[in-house]
Amino acid sequence: MFDNLTDKLDKAMHVLKGHGSITEVNVADTLKEIRRALVDADVNYKIAKEFTSRAKEKALGQGVLTTLKPGQLLTKIVKDELTELMGGDVTGLNLTGNPTVILMSGLQGSGKTTFSGKLANFLKTKKSKRPLLVACDIYRPAAIDQLHVVGESVGVEVYSNREEKDPVKISEAAISHAKQNGFNVVIIDTAGRLAVDEQMMTEIANVHAAVKPQETLFVVDSMTGQDAVNTAKAFNERLNFDGVILTKLDGDTRGGAALSIKSVVDKPIKFIGTGEKMEAIDVFYPSRMADRILGM
Amino acid sequence: AGKSKVDADVLDDLEDVLISSDVGVATTIKVIDRIEERVAKDKYLGTTELNGILRDEIAGLLSEVNNGDATDFTIPQQDGPYVVMVVGVNGVGKTTTIGKLAHQFKQKGLKVVLGAGDTFRAAAVDQLQIWADRVGVEIVKQDMGSDPASVAFDTLQSAVAQNADVVLLDTAGRLHNKVNLMNELTKVKRVMQKIIPNAPHDVMLVLDGSTGQNAFEQAKQFTAATEVSSLAVTKLDGTAKGGVVIGISDQFQIPVRYIGVGEGVDDLQVFNKSEFVDSFFN
Ligand SMILES: Nc1nc2c(ncn2[C@@H]2O[C@H](COP(=O)(O)OP(=O)(O)OP(=O)(O)O)[C@@H](O)[C@H]2O)c(=O)[nH]1
Ligand SMILES: Nc1nc2c(ncn2[C@@H]2O[C@H](COP(=O)(O)OP(=O)(O)OP(=O)(O)O)[C@@H](O)[C@H]2O)c(=O)[nH]1
Ligand SMILES: [K+]
Ligand SMILES: [Mg+2]
Ligand SMILES: [Mg+2]
Repeated sequence: MFDNLTDKLDKAMHVLKGHGSITEVNVADTLKEIRRALVDADVNYKIAKEFTSRAKEKALGQGVLTTLKPGQLLTKIVKDELTELMGGDVTGLNLTGNPTVILMSGLQGSGKTTFSGKLANFLKTKKSKRPLLVACDIYRPAAIDQLHVVGESVGVEVYSNREEKDPVKISEAAISHAKQNGFNVVIIDTAGRLAVDEQMMTEIANVHAAVKPQETLFVVDSMTGQDAVNTAKAFNERLNFDGVILTKLDGDTRGGAALSIKSVVDKPIKFIGTGEKMEAIDVFYPSRMADRILGM
Repeated sequence: AGKSKVDADVLDDLEDVLISSDVGVATTIKVIDRIEERVAKDKYLGTTELNGILRDEIAGLLSEVNNGDATDFTIPQQDGPYVVMVVGVNGVGKTTTIGKLAHQFKQKGLKVVLGAGDTFRAAAVDQLQIWADRVGVEIVKQDMGSDPASVAFDTLQSAVAQNADVVLLDTAGRLHNKVNLMNELTKVKRVMQKIIPNAPHDVMLVLDGSTGQNAFEQAKQFTAATEVSSLAVTKLDGTAKGGVVIGISDQFQIPVRYIGVGEGVDDLQVFNKSEFVDSFFN
């Protein structure tokens, strides 16, 4: 998409140049193309608007009106701006707790349970930790079984209590269990929930208040469209989460939601999920994500 | 607000509504262009009329394939079981939709058999088994890791033997860019025809209502692999509008049949065009 866009921009500007000089109006028109491309990549339309007007200021500041290859310069400015927006300090996980408590949160089907397993495996094999997985989804059919299968596949113990229906009690008991048995990281898997589901949002806020996690992670499907900003905002308001996990990036989505979420809550994207297997976890690279959104 | 005449501002607002519902740039431009044409013809068009026209235009994109909107959960009358194969990317709500649909068909007095064709994802068979128990329908399953085509074969064989009315076959979630997994789906489909020559009668693609423009590629690739014949859109009980299906329905001529509006057994509805379009504007 953006490879073509660069061409398109170059051509458009070139033609215009033949008729005199590139004007601010021409630049604005061209930026409209970029805005459309961003929206096609699922960047929230308001954020795409803000973004392109910022890029326009930069472009004018850098003399795009007089350059020989205005399309290239514009593309570069857009790409740099995007990378910077998604970057910020690369913050790893805060693992200083005793035990460290990590709380997973997110919409239904976003990939929380799978990512819990991946993270446990990562901490065990790469960070020499002793993680404990905790089954706090008491709703979804076979959610507890799913976490047990996942835990077994990576050789990590799973704490569950099929009789207990209060996630606060389950997670508190799990933390005591961890302390007594030498686990130094506790990863709490929770049920998927919609941000507008008041009762369910209160439930996870209660867990959050009770266990005071070092890391609250918001897990989001990278195929999400315009709604990503609403959801991220609502979860952040309730949980003030510490980081974002982008899943299913092994697909061919452009993943514009990443930019939207980052702009709206300004929390770092900490990991990405790149497959269904337990090894399919990677750290987040802002510049790769910028390329992806731009289709380069 | 307060505007009585359609001008550029009104059209801009309209564009925002459509784009923020995931309708997508191309389809939005198509709709806006058509409205501009009508505005040009009728200079005194007010915003009230505009709303009506807009709904018509959007509904028009859906209507060609959603003619004769079903208002109830029905299957065509036929000899032998009506086979629905349910496909889609990971986590969209395939298994849950099958559970809800089984419930609806059972309430209609139909004999339903579920096929546990997801032998891959952790506890996928257990999940479908719980739905089968909850709803009170039969399930055909094999061990985790077994060949999904073999499960599909068994399921149809059993459904024929039991004289079942409906078969709902679950499949593992898969991303449409994974060639091997998509080929597997083609094979599962083909195997069924050994038992019932024109099965599956419906290949239902489940789309998560919060999905953005990637849903186009999903529709394209699943259609290429399995000739998708209907859509179900899930998770519309949230704030996402699911507008991407308008463009999909328009471009691929696939009707939207059901919408998911929750996790409970009753949270499935037959798709209603005008209610869906209305949901964009409130
Ligand atoms: N391809 C791919 N699939 C993934 C990835 N992460 C998770 N999945 C799949 O997505 C689906 C949903 O994942 P889950 O881990 O069950 O999601 P969840 O958020 O726990 O779902 P709920 O508990 O129902 O809210 C499963 O089929 C997973 O295998 C990923 O990075 N890539
Ligand atoms: N709010 C809401 N949640 C839904 C709806 N449909 C499904 N879900 C939830 O979405 C999550 C995933 O649903 P599944 O039925 O497991 O999805 P799937 O497509 O079978 O997933 P995989 O088999 O892992 O690919 C579960 O937590 C469901 O309860 C819906 O209409 N609304
Ligand atoms: K909705
Ligand atoms: Mg889960
Ligand atoms: Mg499933």
